[in-house]
Amino acid sequence: MDKIPDNRAWWLVLPVFLLVAFSALIPLMTVVNYSVQDIFGPGQAYYVGAEWFKEVLADERLQDSLIRQFVFSGFVLLIQIPLGIGVALMMPKSGIKGSLCLILIAIPLLIPWNVVGTIWQIFARGDIGLFGWGINQLGIDYNYTGDTLDAWLTVLLMDVWHWTPLVALLCYSGLRAIPEAFYQAAEIDRASKWAVFRYIQLPRLKSVLIIAVLLRFMDSFMIYIEPFVLTGGGPGSSTTFLSQTLTTMAIGQFDLGRAAAFSLIYFLIVLLISWLFFTAITHADKEK
Amino acid sequence: MAEIQLKALAHSYSDTPTGPDDYAIRQLDHVWHKGGAYALLGPSGCGKSTMLNIISGLIQPSEGEVLFDGKRVNELSPRDRNIAQVFQFPVIYDSMTVYENLAFPLKNNKVPASRIKVRVQEIAEVLEIEDKLHKKARNLTADEKQKVSMGRGLVREDVSAILFDEPLTVIDPQLKWKLRRKLKQIHEQFDITMVYVTHDQLEASTFADRIAVMYDGQVVQFGTPTELFEAPNHTFVGYFIGSPGMNIVEVERCSDGVCFGSTVLPLESWQVDILKRMTSGNLKIGIRPEFIEISPIASDDTYEANVQDIEDLGTYKIVTVQLGEQELKVRQNEEFEASIDSPVHLSFPKQWLMLYVDEFLVQEQQ
Amino acid sequence: MRQTRSKNVGITLFILLLLTPVYWLLNMSFKTNQEILGGLTLWPQTFTFDNYAVIFTDPSWYNGYLNSMLYVSINVVITLSVALPAAYAFSRYKFLGDKHLFFWLLSNRMAPPAVFLLPFFQLYSSIGLFDTHIAVALAHCLFNVPLAVWILEGFMKGVPREYDEMAYIDGYSFPRFFIKVFLPMIRSGIGVTAFFAFMFSWVELLLARTLTSVDAQPIGAIMTRTIGASGIDWGVLAAAGVLTIVPGLLVIWFVRNHVAKGFALGRV
Repeated sequence: MDKIPDNRAWWLVLPVFLLVAFSALIPLMTVVNYSVQDIFGPGQAYYVGAEWFKEVLADERLQDSLIRQFVFSGFVLLIQIPLGIGVALMMPKSGIKGSLCLILIAIPLLIPWNVVGTIWQIFARGDIGLFGWGINQLGIDYNYTGDTLDAWLTVLLMDVWHWTPLVALLCYSGLRAIPEAFYQAAEIDRASKWAVFRYIQLPRLKSVLIIAVLLRFMDSFMIYIEPFVLTGGGPGSSTTFLSQTLTTMAIGQFDLGRAAAFSLIYFLIVLLISWLFFTAITHADKEK
Repeated sequence: MAEIQLKALAHSYSDTPTGPDDYAIRQLDHVWHKGGAYALLGPSGCGKSTMLNIISGLIQPSEGEVLFDGKRVNELSPRDRNIAQVFQFPVIYDSMTVYENLAFPLKNNKVPASRIKVRVQEIAEVLEIEDKLHKKARNLTADEKQKVSMGRGLVREDVSAILFDEPLTVIDPQLKWKLRRKLKQIHEQFDITMVYVTHDQLEASTFADRIAVMYDGQVVQFGTPTELFEAPNHTFVGYFIGSPGMNIVEVERCSDGVCFGSTVLPLESWQVDILKRMTSGNLKIGIRPEFIEISPIASDDTYEANVQDIEDLGTYKIVTVQLGEQELKVRQNEEFEASIDSPVHLSFPKQWLMLYVDEFLVQEQQ
Repeated sequence: MRQTRSKNVGITLFILLLLTPVYWLLNMSFKTNQEILGGLTLWPQTFTFDNYAVIFTDPSWYNGYLNSMLYVSINVVITLSVALPAAYAFSRYKFLGDKHLFFWLLSNRMAPPAVFLLPFFQLYSSIGLFDTHIAVALAHCLFNVPLAVWILEGFMKGVPREYDEMAYIDGYSFPRFFIKVFLPMIRSGIGVTAFFAFMFSWVELLLARTLTSVDAQPIGAIMTRTIGASGIDWGVLAAAGVLTIVPGLLVIWFVRNHVAKGFALGRV
């Protein structure tokens, strides 16, 4: 649709602009301000330039949690996107069964994140949790509070449980928008199940998949509450992700300058990667 | 290629049909012979698309049988029936190129690559899209897309039949004519059974050798365009075919014929005989506007009527006249002149007077 | 036919697996603490409502739910009322800096809440909003407003501009057109946006916890209190957890028909 040039439209966006400026711009300025100063107390601050940034970038603790973060987000996308598509393909197309599936599948999304942590904290325990107990019964030694790998797998499983429904529901509504005639034509053309998926369903899921990948990347990259409740970041710091490291630094240790510098770097990484995803996908699309 | 037979076919979209109104197709028997070019003609909602989808297997009929070469195929899916179908709106695989689109059904049928190449080229040439073969299908215009859709139906060599469901709806009028000729050529060249659904009589008669006219879930007549024109088997066919349609007049029994108002129409003796044996009171007389004769002077077998209106359509004129209470359309050539409200004298050649009892034509028994 | 059956089996299995952890929580909420810690039982042997009774009789517990619901509702109302006109502007007009503004808005959805913890705390303390519902509601606007604008813009683009023009010709004023004609046409979009705003505000805890202490404390923060001197009160914790799921279920029940159509955010 052609848009009409009209600067008066600013009046309509003004409330949003003011609101978001208030809750994003002012805090962001504060962060920038902290990131270049060393603060000892009220009124006692020194300008330190890029000092904090250098320190933060050299900090091994942060580098480690950054790497952990990337590995985690990578696995999240690798598992949740295909699984979500698969689930969406299996969901009944319409009727009461469709609505029921939709509601049941949405349940994990509606649970507060700390409760998600709590659920898994209990569920995965070897003594009182069905999951932990079940795994132990199979003769596998499993203890997410003591073993690094177990802790990792549990956090990952929890995230898959929590967020695959979002991917599934996005894809489900994408699939429902495909006209029946496409399936009929494919049936006439004797297309295999795989060909139907590859040439009809997948191309038409593209726009929802972009949304799914972006949302899942951003949110998994910012994950905090769930693993914090589940493992507390442990054992050791094996499941301590970026947000937790940052929060500990800012509130736990009140190390404001470093935390601020770190915040900005963190924010930039999320922005940069989201932008890369976005341009890569839209670019690949144009080339064809 | 196959002969397609529909036996006692009926279909209802409702699971629990309660009356005839719930049926999209009612009790239908029909045969499409091998290698014919057929049209299925009818107004929207008469059940023609339903019938097509039943033949291809996209819909399971609620009653009756579909036979391919005498074998029941009701339970077979479209892929097993090996049938091609072109839909009303273009369905293309938009992530593929035009070439890949055309090759797709062949690939699915495991046709060797070399043969695919030849065949796709051949069809692309026929449809005049060979210069677009390597374009992404999504970048095509609407009628190019529809050509690709049609191409995917035509490209297969071994199909039982190709079904077209109003394939030219989205095409420009000029191109429409060309494509219709193309289809006809393809039919002559490859000798495939083709069934072409349309609501346009011109489209039907230029494409098909024989036309099945559908009305209210039934095939009311199956014949050549000439048969449909000269002896419509049902009042609906008379009304639907021809432009304007047949004059159809409700009549009553009279001695030696039928009458409406004060007008008495004598009929052929065999018509009168049959009429005597029938009890129904639903009688109609039909005559094509083309067959009514107008003369300026009265004679024994003419009826005086009043000119109401003259419509000049370029190469011919449609004259509306009033005979008693009844309005009739008469087709005259462009030289015809008469002033409005002036009297004219009509005559109705007996061989073109069709008698309909309960909407169906009364035919002479051989 | 066989294929539909295997699909049905697959989806049933998935849903069962998905609901098992939730069942476990529900199961535990009806048990006594002795039974919970005494060993594994697949359903409550001594069925009890005591855990729920604790929550419904103790104001410090149930106020947590009321607080959460209050700030979530405020947030949904604010989000929709500012995002609707803005999304309309983005979908209909070209104006100075529109693209930049749009991307800047979206970039806020990408800001890790952890980054804003401390500045938010200071900001809201300095203007005297600390520990109020409105503070949490405003803070949640940070990620909900950009998302809402984005979703709504997608839906609004789908409504041809001819409708707008026709309404003006018919003599509608802009506000009347917007409320009477336009909004009903994007009902699904509004339903889905409200659902998303509700969801992300309801499930968020980091900001909500940081910006409150007593009066507006969310239920999530109160749940940590079950860790007392005598260890964790598992039963009450589970019951509290179960109760946090209920509002979400109610909301999705109301918007279920819109969600099916509109979950793709109007961008299919």
